[in-house]
Amino acid sequence: MKNTPFTQKHIDLGAKMSEFAGYNMPISYTGINDEHHAVRNNAGVFDVSHMGEFMLRGPKALDLIQRITSNDASKLTDGKAQYSCFPNDNAGIVDDLIVYCIKENSEYMLVVNASNMQKDWNWVSKHNTDGVDMENISDKTALLAIQGPKAVQYMQQLTDLDLVNLKYYTFAQGNFAGVENVIVSATGYTGAGGVEIYFEDKGDNAEKIWNDIFRVGTPGGMKPIGLGARDTLRLEMGYCLYGNDIDDSTSPIEAGLGWITRFTKDFTSRAAIEAHKTNGVERKLVGIEMVDKGIPRHHYKIQNDAGEEIGYITSGTQSPTLNKAIGMAYVRKDLAKEGNEINIMIRDKAVKAKVVKMPFA
Amino acid sequence: MQFPDNLKYTKDHEWIKMDGENAIVGITEFAQRELGDIVYVDINTVGKQLAANEIFGTVEAVKTVSDLYLPVSGSILEVNASLESNPEFINQDPYGNGWMMKMTIDNVSELDGLLSAAAYKDLVGE
Repeated sequence: MKNTPFTQKHIDLGAKMSEFAGYNMPISYTGINDEHHAVRNNAGVFDVSHMGEFMLRGPKALDLIQRITSNDASKLTDGKAQYSCFPNDNAGIVDDLIVYCIKENSEYMLVVNASNMQKDWNWVSKHNTDGVDMENISDKTALLAIQGPKAVQYMQQLTDLDLVNLKYYTFAQGNFAGVENVIVSATGYTGAGGVEIYFEDKGDNAEKIWNDIFRVGTPGGMKPIGLGARDTLRLEMGYCLYGNDIDDSTSPIEAGLGWITRFTKDFTSRAAIEAHKTNGVERKLVGIEMVDKGIPRHHYKIQNDAGEEIGYITSGTQSPTLNKAIGMAYVRKDLAKEGNEINIMIRDKAVKAKVVKMPFA
Repeated sequence: MQFPDNLKYTKDHEWIKMDGENAIVGITEFAQRELGDIVYVDINTVGKQLAANEIFGTVEAVKTVSDLYLPVSGSILEVNASLESNPEFINQDPYGNGWMMKMTIDNVSELDGLLSAAAYKDLVGE
């Protein structure tokens, strides 16, 4: 099992640790609900250094990205980032990712899921037919997400970069907490606002940045946050998690990711995905809320009142913000309308739920 | 972590305590800590006669769901109604307000097959 630059910090803080994507990661410190509320109301720090980062450089870098991702990366200028996905050859999804434009037309950073890192590297390499310079910087890159309504206010104390005016899905590069060449990005997976900070794990960089972040945040109530609350926070926003809500067999259109598929250019499975968009799909990823008591979980089956199987749960939890059981599910398209009542099969019992709009909170 | 001496324990992390003729059952402090924030307890076996190690309900935490196993054979008499609105009692006070259900015991000698506080403590490595 691999460590991040912060694994020992988590252990010292008494976190409950678990293996995730090959890394020893913190699941929770004080409890998922407590950490969840800290992020929604104040700020929290996530160690997400397990994520994968690939640098693509050279005059053909943009062309490669355009061919393998669904969104239109030609729209990106220096300092802009974009949510996207790699479609596979069957109109499914290899992974979802963020494309960072470091230098237009010549240097890009792709940030991918830790669990898919090797698969993604192989996939990009396989399509790299024009000699784009590729570097996998995952092992030497540390990544902290500082999220929450007060995150920017705290982090601004550690840098001269203008974080307050940093727009969503843009980033700045510079000195942060005394460390050079830090990327501070107005992105995240919580819907609570805040930044993500990428830097090289070299010398005492990680130690310095971690300590400074907590020095400025702790007095105001900022807390360290584990992967447990990361999941409840993203689920309240209806953000997809690869391996749950999207995978090799789900089309971006089924997953409600039409907004990151741009048919202004050619890319893997473009024709099939465009047909999904034009002709419609048989199932849709929807938000659900339990009407009767129960918690929906990944893989639970869904039935209509006639007892026919009409879909399955992809993610579910008790929402700490709403204090309601919520989930995401693939549901047959004729039953995917908001307000529609469906039955979640929980331990062989049909428990009533309804389709609702996302985000939940 | 607490391991009260007056309780018996299962390897599945339930505890059982005699209460007159009957017994009270819950989950251990170790179990609630592993589960994290508990949001719902689902016990629909009241009135049922079950054998030791049968599932008598489930406990749902934010992140996960876990089955509850009957420590000894008997019938489920009642569930702790206060958990309906305060499931966090299990996290806060697993051996007190967080008790889960009361049961009759078919054969008191079955209790001898359960773990003592010391043996359970060893099992969970504390």
